[in-house]
Amino acid sequence: MEKNNLKAWLYLLPAILFLGVFLVYPLVDVFIYSFEEGFNSASQTHLGIGFYNYAYVLRDPYFLQALGNTFVLVFITVPVSTLLALVISLGLSSIKWLRKLFQTIYFLPYVTNTLAVGLVFMILFQQTPYTDGMVNFVLSWFGIAPIDFITGPYWAKMLVLSIYTVWTVLPFKILILTSALASVNDTYYQAARVDGTTGMRMFTRITLPMISPSLFYLIITGFIGAFKAYSDAVALFGTNLNSAEMNTIVGYIYDMLYGDGGGYPSFASAAAVILFVIVLTITVINLLVSRKTVHYGGGAGNA
Amino acid sequence: MLNSEIRTKTAEEYAKDAKRAKVLGILKSIGIYTMLTIWAIAVLFPFFWMLITSFKTFGSYNAERVPSLLIKYPTIGNYLSAFTEINLAGYLLNTLIFTVITTLAMVIVSVLAAYAFSRLEFKGKEIVFTIFLALMMIPTELVVITNFVTVTNMGLRNTFTGLILPSVTSVFYIYLLRENFSQIPNNLYLAAKVDGTGDFKYLWKVVIPICKPTIITVLILKVIECWNSFVWPRLITDNDAYFLISQGIQAIRESGFGRENVPAMMAAVVLVSLPLIILFLVFRNKIMEGVARGGTKG
Repeated sequence: MEKNNLKAWLYLLPAILFLGVFLVYPLVDVFIYSFEEGFNSASQTHLGIGFYNYAYVLRDPYFLQALGNTFVLVFITVPVSTLLALVISLGLSSIKWLRKLFQTIYFLPYVTNTLAVGLVFMILFQQTPYTDGMVNFVLSWFGIAPIDFITGPYWAKMLVLSIYTVWTVLPFKILILTSALASVNDTYYQAARVDGTTGMRMFTRITLPMISPSLFYLIITGFIGAFKAYSDAVALFGTNLNSAEMNTIVGYIYDMLYGDGGGYPSFASAAAVILFVIVLTITVINLLVSRKTVHYGGGAGNA
Repeated sequence: MLNSEIRTKTAEEYAKDAKRAKVLGILKSIGIYTMLTIWAIAVLFPFFWMLITSFKTFGSYNAERVPSLLIKYPTIGNYLSAFTEINLAGYLLNTLIFTVITTLAMVIVSVLAAYAFSRLEFKGKEIVFTIFLALMMIPTELVVITNFVTVTNMGLRNTFTGLILPSVTSVFYIYLLRENFSQIPNNLYLAAKVDGTGDFKYLWKVVIPICKPTIITVLILKVIECWNSFVWPRLITDNDAYFLISQGIQAIRESGFGRENVPAMMAAVVLVSLPLIILFLVFRNKIMEGVARGGTKG
C-alpha cells in the first residue's frame, strides 16, 4: 500500500478541482471583495482597501429592512416550527393506526418546489378585485373582515411568510423528532409506570432529556436555515422584494449582485460576510447553551 | 384518612376506575387523531386546491366571487396551454438535462474521492480529509458571489456548463459515501489485491455493488436538490431558453399567459410538482432515511 500516493491524488483530483475553484477560492475571494473599496467590475480595479463597503451596507435602509425582516422571521418561525413539530411528533409516536400514512403526508412539502407551491399559497392568500381568496373566505366564517395578505399591511405579509416558512420546514423537523422519539428505550417508560409516574412527569423527565440532542440539532439548523430565508419570500411576493418591504439578508445579497439594483459585488460580499458573522454568533451561542442543558448519553442518537 | 379510603375501595369501584381510564384513553386518542388530521389537511390542501383549480376554465374560475372546490366545467385546456402558450416543455427539459448531468457528475466525483479517503493510503490523508469536513460548514451564500463573477467572466452565462459546474460538488455526500465504503471488510480488498485486481476494478466490481443502497440514496437526494434549485439558475440565466422550472414558474407568475390566468398557472404547477411527488412515493423509505441521515431543506 506504500505506492498509492499518486493514485490517491488522482482519485481525489476531480473533487479537489471542483472544491478549489467553486468553494475554497470564492471563500477567500469574498473577504477580499468585501474590503476592496470602489470596485469596478468592468476594469477589475479598485480604489483602496477599507471598511467602506461595510459602512455603506450597514447604513443602507434596504439592508436594515432586510436585516429586521430576517430577525423577525427567525424569531417567529424557529420556536413555532420546533414546538409544532414536537407536538405532532409526540402525537405520531403515540398512535399505530394510520401512522405511516400521516408520516408520508407530512413529508410531502419536503419534495415540492418552493416556488411552485409558494405560488399556490400566494393565490390562496391573495385578495383581488374579483375575489377575497380562499383564506379570507374561511376567515369570514369567524367574522373576520378580509385582509390584503400579499400587498397589504406589513404584519399580514410577515404572517403569510411565516406560515409558508413553517409549512416548508416542518417535514424535516417532524422526521428527525419522530425517529428520535422512536429510539427512546421503552424500559425507561416501563420503570416509570411501575413507579406510578404521571404522564407529564414522564415527558419532562424522560422524553425531553432523551430527545434533547435532536431537539438542539433542529434548533441550530433551524436558526441557520431561517437566517438564509429567501426563496419563500420570492415565491410569495415576487422578485422585487425591496418594494414589497419583504426582503431578507440573502435577498439583499442577490439584489446587490445582480438584477435591477445589481452590479455591486463588493456590497454583496460585505453583506454576505455580515450574514456569516451573525449565523456563526447564533450557532456559538446555541452550542454554549446546549452544553448546559442537553443530555448526551445514549438514547436518541439521530443527530 | 388515606388508608381508610383505600380499604373501602370495593371491586365495583375498581371497575369504575378502569372504565374511567378507558374513556380517558379514548378521548385522548380522539384528540390526537383530530390534531394529526388537521395538520394533514393543512399539508394536503394546497395540493388538492391546485389540482382542482387546474381543471377549471378561465371563465368559471374568474366568476367565482366566493371560492369553490367544485369543478363546474371540467377542462384539460389548461394543460394544453401550459405547453403551447408558454415554454413549460422547455423548462422541464432543461431541468431534466441539468438534473441528470449534475447528479451523475456529482456521484462520479464523490465516489472517487470517497474511495481515496476510505481505502487508499497516502501522505496528508488526515489533513485533506479534515479540510474537506471543514468545507461542509461553508454556506453557499458566501461563495455564490465569486462564482457568479467567475462564471460571468468565463462567458458561461446562459449555458448548461455555467449552470452545472458550481452545482456539482457536495462535500457532505463524499463524507456519507466514505463512511459507507469504510464498512467494507479489509479482507475483501486484500483478497482482491492477491488476485491482482486493480483499485479501479475493485471499486467498480466490489465497492459500488455493495454500497449501492447508499449511492442510490445520495443520487435521489441530489435529484431533489437539483430539481428544485432556484438561486444559482436565477443568477446565471436570464434567457428564457435556459430557464429551469423554478424560474419558469416565476416567469409564468410575472408575465406568463399574458394575464392572471390562475387555472393555467395551476396546471403548470401540477406538472412541475408531479415528477418529484411520484419519485417520493416510489422511494419513500429511501428518501426519508436519507434525509434523516443528514439532509436539510434547501
